[in-house]
Amino acid sequence: MSRVTRFAGRDPGPAARVAGFLAHLRENGLRLGVAETGLCLRALEVSGAVTPDACRGALKAVCTGCRDEADRFDALFDAYWMDAGRVRQKVTPAAQTAGSEAIHSSRDAGGTAAGTGSMTAPEDGEDEAERDGTGKLIATRHRSLARRDLREVVQPDEIAEAEAVARRLGAALRDRRSRRRIAARKGDRLHFRKTIRRSLATGGEPLTLLKKRRPDRPRRIVALCDVSGSMSVYSRVFLAFLAGLMRADTEADAYLFHTRLVRITEALRDKDTMRAIGRMSLVADGFGGGSKIGPCLDQFARTHARRFVDGRSVVLVLSDGYDSAPPSDLGAALARLKKRGCRIVWLNPLKGWRDYAPVAGGMAAALPHLDLFAAAGTLADLAALEGELVGL
Amino acid sequence: MTGFREVQGDLAAQGYVASDDLAMALTLAVSLGRPLLLEGAAGVGKTEVARALAAVRETRLIRLQCYEGLDASQAIYEWNYQRQLLTIRAAAEDGETGQSVEARIFSRDFLLERPLLAAISQPVAPVLLIDEIDRADEEFEAYLLEILSDFQVTVPELGTLEAVTKPVVILTSNGTRDLSDALRRRCLYAFVDYPDRATELAILAARLPEVEARLAAQVVGFVQALRREELDKVPGVAEMLDFAAALTGLGIADLTRDPAVLQATLVTLLKTQEDRARVTTEVAQRLAGKAA
Repeated sequence: MSRVTRFAGRDPGPAARVAGFLAHLRENGLRLGVAETGLCLRALEVSGAVTPDACRGALKAVCTGCRDEADRFDALFDAYWMDAGRVRQKVTPAAQTAGSEAIHSSRDAGGTAAGTGSMTAPEDGEDEAERDGTGKLIATRHRSLARRDLREVVQPDEIAEAEAVARRLGAALRDRRSRRRIAARKGDRLHFRKTIRRSLATGGEPLTLLKKRRPDRPRRIVALCDVSGSMSVYSRVFLAFLAGLMRADTEADAYLFHTRLVRITEALRDKDTMRAIGRMSLVADGFGGGSKIGPCLDQFARTHARRFVDGRSVVLVLSDGYDSAPPSDLGAALARLKKRGCRIVWLNPLKGWRDYAPVAGGMAAALPHLDLFAAAGTLADLAALEGELVGL
Repeated sequence: MTGFREVQGDLAAQGYVASDDLAMALTLAVSLGRPLLLEGAAGVGKTEVARALAAVRETRLIRLQCYEGLDASQAIYEWNYQRQLLTIRAAAEDGETGQSVEARIFSRDFLLERPLLAAISQPVAPVLLIDEIDRADEEFEAYLLEILSDFQVTVPELGTLEAVTKPVVILTSNGTRDLSDALRRRCLYAFVDYPDRATELAILAARLPEVEARLAAQVVGFVQALRREELDKVPGVAEMLDFAAALTGLGIADLTRDPAVLQATLVTLLKTQEDRARVTTEVAQRLAGKAA
């Protein structure tokens, strides 16, 4: 365990340090307001926390709001308070460094650091090798270490366009299947309880008849987008679509996968479009590498799906089906997912090709579990799906 | 003001073994008067916390079980329509004036208290448990926010009913949907995970002291190993207690001795047909052997 951070001598005091800590948490993506600072101080006061671990527990209860945050909190706490005895110069948040500046700003990422290389690996190595060569699309097993800035790939006007498409698709997927009725002005049945209640006003004569009906329940769209090397040509469209979807539909949920599965819902909900894409490129490290569709979907079915997928969900998989894992994995993962009662729609950009047949092992294994298997390579294709989704 | 160690000790006296984080969150919830949101898998003891806390504070536990379609008349209050109608009929025969009847039928006597109203009108602050809030609709969640911040209920015919005492509010969620940020912000938060080996042994010792140490170690080891298997429904703490109780009830002192009995008692741990099929006699024996 590291030692407690030493603060600079001219520092204004504990309250300012706690404020500094909250600023530190905010910079790291926790959504905290001004009121929380006061609450933190009061929590420390009333809990009688004297040891670092007790303080950690108290601040954790106040500052976190979901499991992800609770998991990350310990590391953030250590970074601020247990900084190996280093002297912290100022408790007020320091100016952001040049690197993160680009991430938080809405400017297009420009310059040298963005696309061509990265700190971990040169891009021209494996990435290029996947794309040219024999001209065959081959699933690759390895992770791409290149950090790609997705803001290069996606432009704001495309997102606006995609948002319109996503909105239409969302509307197409809405269904009317709630079993319970609620009060409504134009209903198909009599709301007996309300009618009797209202009749009290007219001496027990039910003069006004109140109705109830089955309400429209929106379906939740869960989109899983393949961003492996073989899909890199289509990522532009699909990422714009995901970004649009998240802005159009507050219920929707989005994931990226290559060799790992990443939830990008939180990142994409950012109000600033380009910052959202920037945050997404941070979490989606490994963009354009190999693909492990089966294991990723399986992981999804076991973890996130338990929380977010139910009988009202439509799972959209955007992938070409070139999988480096055995096809049986994919079949099993989809079967598991299907058991949650959701609809599964697979949008494959290759299906639009002439003479395409789903012979790739993964795709063939997936077919029996799909409710809809359709082509989608461009935004226009996605928009054209509207009709088919209505009938789902 | 009591520190969280005391709270932890009090809960332990009630047979609830709380982790440091959870004890701290409970302490703060009580002293800051904030609702506490507990998340975690089914069967890790979220509901049980509220029960133990109510016992520690020697107060009532008022429970509101949420479900899809839960509305205000089920959660807050409802007029007793039948009684009102009967009173009106009776009053008409007696020749009572309209105004006095009206004053009578819209009084507290004719109000059916539902959990939320009951919780704020107790003489001693109760523990209010809002169970599985994620199952309720978003509209209800929004309404709940209002009650949790103001602790008052407005009945149009009666006016605003202020809280007599502020209850300690505990919300639980299994994560079937995302809760709104507004609700999360207003609550303190604690994530309850499956207990580790030592904690689970302590829970078993607190709940079923009659289980012998050797069997207890085997039971806990077995259940912990079972949780690492690929199961649809991972057994929780309650299942583990059932399992231990079943074994003691059958007079078994050693888990590894009789495979047939072990297989039969697995009904207390495995709750789906797939899981039953997956944990065959061989698998169960392997896990039991490791645990022993």
